[in-house]
Amino acid sequence: MTAVTDVVLPVSPDEAVSVFGDGSGVTVIAGGTIVMPDITAGRLRPAKTMLLARAGLATVAHEGSTLGAMAPLEELVDLAAPVGPCAANIADREIRLQATVGGNLCAGQGGDAPRGDLQGALLAVGAQVRSAGADGTTTEPLEDFLARRHGRLVLDVTYEVPAAGAFVALDRPHTHEYTALAVSAARLADGTIRLAATGAGSAGVRLHSAEAVAADPDAAGTAALQDVQLHDDVLASAWYRERALPVLVRRALARLEESR
Amino acid sequence: MNLNVNGRRREVESPPLTTLLDVLREELGIHSPKIGCEQGGCGACTVLVDGQPTRSCLLPVAAVDGAEITTVEGIGTPDRLAPVQAAFHKEYGSQCGFCTPGFLLATHALLERSPHPSREDIEEALAGHVCRCTGYVKILAAVQSAMNGSAS
Repeated sequence: MTAVTDVVLPVSPDEAVSVFGDGSGVTVIAGGTIVMPDITAGRLRPAKTMLLARAGLATVAHEGSTLGAMAPLEELVDLAAPVGPCAANIADREIRLQATVGGNLCAGQGGDAPRGDLQGALLAVGAQVRSAGADGTTTEPLEDFLARRHGRLVLDVTYEVPAAGAFVALDRPHTHEYTALAVSAARLADGTIRLAATGAGSAGVRLHSAEAVAADPDAAGTAALQDVQLHDDVLASAWYRERALPVLVRRALARLEESR
Repeated sequence: MNLNVNGRRREVESPPLTTLLDVLREELGIHSPKIGCEQGGCGACTVLVDGQPTRSCLLPVAAVDGAEITTVEGIGTPDRLAPVQAAFHKEYGSQCGFCTPGFLLATHALLERSPHPSREDIEEALAGHVCRCTGYVKILAAVQSAMNGSAS
């Protein structure tokens, strides 16, 4: 039986921001797919919990270019690449109906595998994150948010739908495995190419070195290795990831080229 | 808190972070949703929340206060099996039965939203459900049977 704790269910975004405050001592439950197993197993005993179920942050608007923190991942699966195919590659439909955009952006390294698959796709499209915390409500690039996300409450994510996008990932042996390694690519309206990976560190990572030589896919694949710190886990070894990452970068760039 | 479980309004007194699974089993005495992995990975606890198949082990009950909850008891009875229940029975889609309530509800919800799903749609809808007995062949046959209405 779960211990009695202080549980708050805000009914508006403003109320959620107010309850969250500077985030200290508040455990946030969005879809629950990550936090609830920790509570059930006794790994997490929150003193104060905020359930976002009724906070009204579930909007998906402007053909997917604004995603509320509580938008379920299942609502993203038909969006343009890389975001849509990336969302479709996460878990199974039932989990995607529960798991949320905000939870995915806040998901850190799991006990045995990297989590937060959507981070790579949203890095590739240059997403901006609006979040609340000790310094009020701010909007910043996802890269900056990921670097300081502790103590932030995600409100929504916005991005310009790219001119072309691609998502490539190592196949999962089962729908509930996290993705061992994935690369997202986007060609923005001005022709800029952006690349990002998930499964190559504790959070999604932008592949700046690969982007700099994106016109040469072979060189970009090799260069991507400079942007990541690969690791061993239950899904794959660093050795394997080192060999797979250049391949995925080349495939992602080839798909972008096919879309011209 | 209140839940509408299988068409009957039930008052709930469990603490707000108790999982819906525990509320159903421990407080309301409905044991068809099973305690499997308790981390969303097996589908044995799936119930319908406002018609959507949902892992009840991942839901704090306070998040679904007032919702319509459907378990297998709510879609048919031993005397009048629902089409999916009849199909699983006819095609031997259940062996030990531990995973069966989850499969039944996921299939029921699939056929409600898409009466003639493709094989790919069926596999996608059931992908999160684990069965260690059947090897899935008979389960897929049961879904096809339910879809064609040949079991009822």
